[in-house]
Amino acid sequence: MIVSFISSSIPLGVPLLFGSTGEIITEKSGHLNLGIPGIMYVGGISGVIGSFLFENSGALSLMEKGGFFNVLIPFLAIMIPFLSAICGAILMGLIYSFMTVTLRANQNVTGLALTTFGIGIGNFFGGSLIKLTNTDMPSIALTRTSNFFRASLPFADDLGWFGEVFLSHDFLTYVAIAIALLAEYVLNRTRIGLNLRAVGENPATADAAGINVTKYKYVATCIGSAVAGLGGLQYVMAYANGVWSNDAFGDRGWMAIALVIFALWKPTMAIFGSFFFGALCNVTFYAEGLGTTKQLFYMLPYVATLLVLIITSMRKKREHQPPEGLGLPYFREER
Amino acid sequence: MTSKTMKKHREPWLVISKRDDLVWWKAWLIRVATILVGILVVGILSMTLTGGGFAKIYSTMFRGAFGRLLEGNLMMVWPFFQKTAILLCLSLAVAPAFRMKFWNCGAEGQALIGGLASMVCMMKLGGTVSEWLLVPIVIISSIAAGAVWGLVPAIFKAHYNTNETLFTLMMNYVATQLVLYYINISSGGSQVIQPVLTGALPVIGNQKYLLNILIVIVLTVAMFIYLKYSKHGYEIAVVGESHNTARYVGINVKTVMMRTMLISGALCGVAGMLLVAGTDHSINENTVGGQGFTAIMIAWLGQLNPFVMALMSALVIFLQLGTAKVANDAFISDALSGIAVGIVILMLVGCEFFIRYSVKIRRNRKEGKA
Repeated sequence: MIVSFISSSIPLGVPLLFGSTGEIITEKSGHLNLGIPGIMYVGGISGVIGSFLFENSGALSLMEKGGFFNVLIPFLAIMIPFLSAICGAILMGLIYSFMTVTLRANQNVTGLALTTFGIGIGNFFGGSLIKLTNTDMPSIALTRTSNFFRASLPFADDLGWFGEVFLSHDFLTYVAIAIALLAEYVLNRTRIGLNLRAVGENPATADAAGINVTKYKYVATCIGSAVAGLGGLQYVMAYANGVWSNDAFGDRGWMAIALVIFALWKPTMAIFGSFFFGALCNVTFYAEGLGTTKQLFYMLPYVATLLVLIITSMRKKREHQPPEGLGLPYFREER
Repeated sequence: MTSKTMKKHREPWLVISKRDDLVWWKAWLIRVATILVGILVVGILSMTLTGGGFAKIYSTMFRGAFGRLLEGNLMMVWPFFQKTAILLCLSLAVAPAFRMKFWNCGAEGQALIGGLASMVCMMKLGGTVSEWLLVPIVIISSIAAGAVWGLVPAIFKAHYNTNETLFTLMMNYVATQLVLYYINISSGGSQVIQPVLTGALPVIGNQKYLLNILIVIVLTVAMFIYLKYSKHGYEIAVVGESHNTARYVGINVKTVMMRTMLISGALCGVAGMLLVAGTDHSINENTVGGQGFTAIMIAWLGQLNPFVMALMSALVIFLQLGTAKVANDAFISDALSGIAVGIVILMLVGCEFFIRYSVKIRRNRKEGKA
């Protein structure tokens, strides 16, 4: 029971991990991107569109021919949705950084507008992709492509509880952890990371030190968006078996933003945080006996975030604070 | 730029400088032009997606928002004004908080909890308390519930400088879960609360939405006066500009912050009460339907001026209803309205740049050196 609980909590945490890692990278450049929920929707739907077109092109039937196609087709089935999710998310990131960096628009308002826009795009194409492409599918169910995403290590089942907890997941889970670890390394151990943190803490000082503030902000926002977009992809292609249903992704994007605070702006902390949140979301499935009070358990992740928010602000430890320039626009001539 | 690139001495070909205040009509010219371009973009987008003609798209949009108004049928105009009124009420609620630079992203939850308070009173007290007493109880309890939901983040912000954006966002979801919980325990398994008419707001002039609209009109004028001419409004503006200045002139920043959020939450509670006790007489998790988030953008686009906010609300509701109708007629998803609203708002937010800054193209690069 405990093993299956942990094992089923991990996939729930992966979109949150992608989202929060992306948001941490963005926030380190001083931008509170409230567009992340929308970007995750766009990432998800771009992946769906990619694999939808791929499945409908009939390429999957080439697998029957065997040989070389047995390697190529699974590769394409994963790479096409993967890359389209990244492209979709980066486009959203570009809109956000153009608005907030170049046009110096208010970050909160831009982010919220982007979320409205992104959720609109997700639900719109989710609801009308079949109609727009004139295909005769009853609903978007990309189970065949999804199976490639869901493939896990073949020997995971032989290793008992260890295999089930650590090795039985889809490959995007490990990608998420790898990206988080890489982000931690780049942010804290490289010059690029140091520069990026300088931009987020005090852009004017960074500018004076010769760092190209605009470039750092753009690149950090776009990379952050791309990472967050993969969260949407993992949700729909791996967790939801390739079935898109409108609004199913729900408020995971907001939870990812909350996780950034929970993780105190540290990607490695985000790994534990997101799996913890996944477990909190999962509790409800295991709380059948509680009847109607079960509903109250859905509150747990949000209440946990609120507590962390309050506790960190009360303790006021220097290394636990958000980047100092977070949310403030920077214009060189305005001092 | 690093010292290496400095040697190359690149001349920027665009010069961006901050403008002194632009004449108001020029600023509005830019905004109106942006709105028109935005509506044009939405039209072209709908055309490519539905394959309809140019004129047909816009007449469908008009039909979706105002119904058969041109034929003299007023039936469908009421929902337009009702939706505008609710959105405006929520924007009015967040406006004072924004003036204080307190990012209240929790209008959705504050309205929902206000609506929930109405619903609980209507269901639990209906029949035990006489009607003339129940209506005031409903009104007061929903205002109080919204105010509490707004006050909690303000207390922590005032005392510990807790990030209010995320705090209020999280409170939204706590409110949503409370509503779902209440539906769960009181619907008897059907997950739907049947409309309850005890304790509902009275219907005036045979028009179910009229009272809501009148209340919001009064609130709009009141908020304008409050922000512009009252001592409180002045204090809010000073706190928004600089906490230090406010402290220096003897304004108690903490008190102002909590008081303003109390008002902000209370107004959201009013919106929730209008939705539940005044319109639906029932509640579900989508009663506010994301308008709490839209309201934040409306308040910002309306420069926190209640009358401009009213126009912006009307614009957004027109887009929402109009594009939803276009999508429904073409049997595609009505989430098209989200895309349309997103595009127009992003363009409007972007156009503020051209109002605040002037962009000049350098003609002669050598000249710029001096």
